[in-house]
Amino acid sequence: MQNEQRYNFMRFRGQAMILSLLLLAASVAGLAIKGLNFGIDFTGGTIIELAYDEPADVDAIRTALLDNGYERASVQNFGSAEEVLIRIAPRPQESSAQISNQVMDMLANQHNEAFELRRVEFVGPQVGDELTEDGALSLIYALIGVLIYVALRFEFRFSLGAVAALVHDVTITIGVFAWTQVQFDLTVLAAILAVIGYSLNDTIVVFDRVRENFRTVRDGTPVDVTNLAVNQMLARTIMTSVTTLLVLAALIAIGGEVIYGFALALIVGVVVGTYSSMFVASSIALALGVSKEDLMKPVKEGEDDSAQEEELHRIFLEEEAKREAREAQAAAKK
Amino acid sequence: MFESRQKIISNTYPLWKYLLLAVAIVLSVTYAAPNLFGDDPAVQISPVKTVEFDQQTADRIRTTLAEAGIEPKQFERHQEQFLLRFHSSDDQLEARSLLKEAMGRQAVVALNLAPATPELLRSVGAQPMYLGLDLRGGVHFLMDVDMEAAIAKTYERYVDELKAVLREERIRYLGLTHEDDELLLRLRDASEMEKTLSVVNAEFPQTFEPKPDQENGEISLPLLAQVKSETRKYALKQNITTLRNRINELGVAEPLIQQQGDRRIVVQLPGVQDTAKAKEILGATATLEFRLVEEKGDPVRAERTGYAPNGARLYQFRDGRPILLKRSIIVSGDNVIDAKSGIDSEAGSPQVSVTLDGAGGRKMLATTKENVGNRMAVVFIENRVDTIEKDGEVVKKRTTTKDVINAAVIRGQFANRFQITGLDSPQEAQDLALLLRAGALAAPMEIVEERTIGPSMGQDNINQGFLSVIVGFALVLVVMAFRYKVFGMVANVALTLNLVIIVAVLSLLQATLTLPGIAGIVLTVGMAVDANVLIFERIREEMRHSSIQTAIHAGYEKAFVTIADANITTLLAAVVLFSFGTGPIKGFAITLSIGILTSMFTAIVGTRAVINLIYGNKPVQKLSI
Repeated sequence: MQNEQRYNFMRFRGQAMILSLLLLAASVAGLAIKGLNFGIDFTGGTIIELAYDEPADVDAIRTALLDNGYERASVQNFGSAEEVLIRIAPRPQESSAQISNQVMDMLANQHNEAFELRRVEFVGPQVGDELTEDGALSLIYALIGVLIYVALRFEFRFSLGAVAALVHDVTITIGVFAWTQVQFDLTVLAAILAVIGYSLNDTIVVFDRVRENFRTVRDGTPVDVTNLAVNQMLARTIMTSVTTLLVLAALIAIGGEVIYGFALALIVGVVVGTYSSMFVASSIALALGVSKEDLMKPVKEGEDDSAQEEELHRIFLEEEAKREAREAQAAAKK
Repeated sequence: MFESRQKIISNTYPLWKYLLLAVAIVLSVTYAAPNLFGDDPAVQISPVKTVEFDQQTADRIRTTLAEAGIEPKQFERHQEQFLLRFHSSDDQLEARSLLKEAMGRQAVVALNLAPATPELLRSVGAQPMYLGLDLRGGVHFLMDVDMEAAIAKTYERYVDELKAVLREERIRYLGLTHEDDELLLRLRDASEMEKTLSVVNAEFPQTFEPKPDQENGEISLPLLAQVKSETRKYALKQNITTLRNRINELGVAEPLIQQQGDRRIVVQLPGVQDTAKAKEILGATATLEFRLVEEKGDPVRAERTGYAPNGARLYQFRDGRPILLKRSIIVSGDNVIDAKSGIDSEAGSPQVSVTLDGAGGRKMLATTKENVGNRMAVVFIENRVDTIEKDGEVVKKRTTTKDVINAAVIRGQFANRFQITGLDSPQEAQDLALLLRAGALAAPMEIVEERTIGPSMGQDNINQGFLSVIVGFALVLVVMAFRYKVFGMVANVALTLNLVIIVAVLSLLQATLTLPGIAGIVLTVGMAVDANVLIFERIREEMRHSSIQTAIHAGYEKAFVTIADANITTLLAAVVLFSFGTGPIKGFAITLSIGILTSMFTAIVGTRAVINLIYGNKPVQKLSI
């Protein structure tokens, strides 16, 4: 058993807590100072993406928009020099659904270069408000669902640990979006909900092993038992994170601009989620005083099962030994 | 006892599990296969309402194409419509313009991409995945129906009807007005309260919830909640019907018009590029009202003072000239059946010929009979929502413009057929006719969301999406093979099967595949190996203190609980995503959920079957793991 305790993760509990708190503080500060660069899904407004035949003159487009009274428009290259993204905030005194048509007509008249419409997105302000509300609600419901499931399946202290880890992961992921000012749109929200699923997956796997160890390891403090579980799961945690990060790397590199924010959120979330499942979730459960007895009580039947299982193993081993002996005999006869 | 226990722990699978796997493989390959065959350029011909296609129609289509020397690849009939597949998109385009001309207004002729699924696969119901607009290009609109206006309109209608009833019953009243959410009836004589109430209840049963105010001699008449909810339902239904008709005018192959929530309508038009035209037709919430001109009052004075004479209302022509119209509507756009634009043979100016339905015709006849020589005006009502910044706050304001587009003398009595003249241009006549013909909306609508994806963007999204799936998939395969050797290869087979099953399930459900959906598949690929990683790491661990066969057995058994727990929580998040998300998010949630379920099957049952075949109960000394 001792050789599995390769790294003493739990010794760094204190440092990890400080690191987590610093990261959380930085995320909250980022949200307070810079705020999120919300996409039109939430703010309402219009996005027009155009592809010119040759590198686009962004300044000329900007001037043209300004001349036509679009003061709150932003123009930038998107992906390549030929592609342009025009973002227009909700405008007063304008039939909003018509904005894209007007801008297209305007640019077609003003410039000689040919361009092609790549996409238009228009979201009315009230739809944006609804989405913001639904988005916030869905995050809360996801967390509550997790709290209940883990509490039922494990113990409420684990449940608090898991949810604390999730809040930690989600906050830091959102914090990264605040500091980098990468646009926060609907797909990013979806990614964050997926992060909840992923990070929870990681946490549950460790918890599951902690529970098992509490039953099978006879000596050792809760800290030792937890540390053992993190060590036992280390190879798996790294392996799964690596494969997931690999496909996410493929997405962020190839998936195109539309999927960029989505992939970024997941990459940050997977990294932070891996860290939090090792350091944050179990530390909090430990800090709340999870002990052997807490997990023994509700799983009486499980205990019987494992006893039975051990009995089966013993029988199986005997059979194996017998068979191997027979085979050895057979081989010897040859 | 001994025997049976040994069976539990041995690393062999019963035959039925292999059969189950074999069936799963055959089914998933069959239903995933249609996605490999691509599309045929096609033309879809569907009849407009009341028209039925017969053999003659088919012959006409054939001869039209034969005359132009176009040979369709295939000629299919699906229920009411024809589907013609062509060898090239040049043929397709030419055929469409020819057929459009030949069919006239009897049919909607639309371009389409028909899946080229072989007959054999089609016969078992296998179809390729349905691609979302972000992958095939097209327009997505979300329309919001103004329910307040629908209710207000209902109140207005009852004002007219109530007045007629009161007149008939000789109940004298000081006023009947439409207030916020009620009708307010002020009686001349408070003693007639009882009689009025019984008349209202008898004439309009289950409509109002009268609240008499004896002191002031007033009755407030709010509509019953049930009536209002029916009004809303009706408005939504009517608007969906109208939109469907309007979209038929556009000629779109597979339009989707669907209710979303209790006041929204989703419109998806795959392949439509001219969004300006689409928006004009969908977004303009124009209605018509036919009203008599109030000849008694002086419109100029009314405009100056702001007070219109009793029973009249002040309107403007498009050029700003004032005109007084009677409050009661003769007929509205609801009654319009057909409208055609043309040129007035006498004046040579553009005109629209209007046909009304029976009820509209009767009302028109009754009105025109008594009003020959008087003028009748056509009011064009356009609804627009403006966003106005007021004291730093963004406020939404609904503007309704009511223009009198025409006020002409009624030359003689007419019923359901007449002409509107005085339009500015043939183009305006055409547009007006189009709006009239498609029917008027029961309540104004506005576009609250638009997503347009150009065709090149759609193709790019497909390419990038599939490329990232392939690259991500390949990377995972390499890492797994490198880390777990033979076991890794087995896991890779399971992963491949998992991908095939996901595609098969998506094709079978005809769920819409979107770019976030592809991202969900990619993510599933990354996460699906988790189950195998858990199992394999456990086997390695068990190998330290037990025999090889026990290690394999224990690895699978012990990892199972963990896998189930972990996946259920992820599924939980996916379900939350699905129930709260809209369009693209839903696509992501669907693929993620399907991926989680199928990956559990392939990672546990699939790999175990192969591992059992290779190593199960065999005298192996070392596992390649």
